[in-house]
Amino acid sequence: MTSLKRTALYDEHARLGGRLIDFGGWELPVQYTGVMDEHLACRKSAGLFDVSHMGEVHVEGPDAEAFLNDLLTNNVSRVAVGQAQYSAMCYDHGGCVDDLIIYRRAADRFLVVVNASNDDKDFAWMRGVHSRKGYRCSLSHESANYSQLAVQGPRAAEILQTLTSTPLAPIKTYWFAEGHVCGDIPAILARTGYTGEDGFEVYVPWQSGPAVWRALIEAGQPLGLKPCGLGARDTLRLEMKYPLYGHELGENIHPLDAGLAWVTKLDKPNDFVGKQALLAARAAGLRRTLVGLKMLERGIPRQGYAVFDAAGVSQVGEVTSGTQSPSLGQAIAVAFVPPEHAAAGTRLTIDIRGTRVPAEVVSTPFYKRS
Amino acid sequence: MRFPAHLKYTKDHEWMNLQGKVATVGITDHAQSALGDIVYVDLPKVGRELKAGDTFGVVESIKAVSDLYAPAAGKVLEVNSALTADPAQINREPHAGAWMIKLELASEPAGLMDSAAYEAYCATLK
Repeated sequence: MTSLKRTALYDEHARLGGRLIDFGGWELPVQYTGVMDEHLACRKSAGLFDVSHMGEVHVEGPDAEAFLNDLLTNNVSRVAVGQAQYSAMCYDHGGCVDDLIIYRRAADRFLVVVNASNDDKDFAWMRGVHSRKGYRCSLSHESANYSQLAVQGPRAAEILQTLTSTPLAPIKTYWFAEGHVCGDIPAILARTGYTGEDGFEVYVPWQSGPAVWRALIEAGQPLGLKPCGLGARDTLRLEMKYPLYGHELGENIHPLDAGLAWVTKLDKPNDFVGKQALLAARAAGLRRTLVGLKMLERGIPRQGYAVFDAAGVSQVGEVTSGTQSPSLGQAIAVAFVPPEHAAAGTRLTIDIRGTRVPAEVVSTPFYKRS
Repeated sequence: MRFPAHLKYTKDHEWMNLQGKVATVGITDHAQSALGDIVYVDLPKVGRELKAGDTFGVVESIKAVSDLYAPAAGKVLEVNSALTADPAQINREPHAGAWMIKLELASEPAGLMDSAAYEAYCATLK
């Protein structure tokens, strides 16, 4: 048995009574006080998440932009210094290696942040693509050098502002600033996140994680901030229909199927990895698309449950994620279905332990900020 | 964590309160705590005959689905259908108000733990 990896915040999680689980080889809290409680705290005030398990890669050099444009589906040339961009990274056959965020720190310098469970696979893939041409840029795997804390929710900016002299108000969504927190700890302060709320993802040196975590808790608790585990992170993202690798994304799922056409720039001039396969897929027509479903009767849909037509006769798709939505008090799901079953209002059924339970296609995100 | 002394327990974390031939059944404080926020429960129909170890229902937390197992053989006499509308009651009062079914026992229950043995068993799961 291999031992689980721990973030720099392990002792903090233990002290707070976090229930630790194995998440992709990392020992991380699934919850502290309860998923529902943490989820609602993030929607109402603020949630603090240890996401130090995420992977980081530095891409630096004169060809950094050209390399990332070849590696990723989005148009990296449109990203200004100080701006972030969400993208997919594909195999040649069009399936997804991962979804990720790039941060442009200088004209020739990027931070790439990938999913923890894909970290090593992604870096190997990036090196492979890098070796296809003589790109003048370096790749360095920096995951062990960063702690990443996400502070999310309507009061997140107010809380984080007490730790830094960098003005946060001017930072727009999907932009970032480089500054300091808690005195002299260097930090990337990025207005990004995975909850649907306003908020920041804060990148600091690995060993500084605990000090920043404690400072955020101290500043935030009087305002209602709560530490949040992976359980709330999942329900929050699901209420927004944000994809999660291994559910809505995978090596046999291409980004057009997964609703990521908005970050798949088939018209960008270079021949990025997967472009030919994606052009062919688009020409052939979409076979499936991701829809949001709400249950019309009792039952909670889960990943892998079969989706049937309204009559419950023919299987038309499969649930990729499902839960009881804490904000809506209603069971919801994301599922792959053929385009002809994807219009809002379409009635379908989901097989829950042998019973075909009625569901309806709804517009997403499920949760809309008031 | 509470382990009421008047109850008997299974390794699947059900409790049973035996009064004559009728056993009231629910899940333990340990079980509800491990599951987290319970948001769904499915219970059997009155009259269903269960063998010991049969699945009699399901509880779901936000994250997970768990089967409920009959601690002894018997016929379902009564079901706490109020739990369907308020599954979180199982988190609040697992040993009392959130009982799940009442069974008319078909035979003497076997292999159940008393509270001390169950508490010791839970300690081994940490």
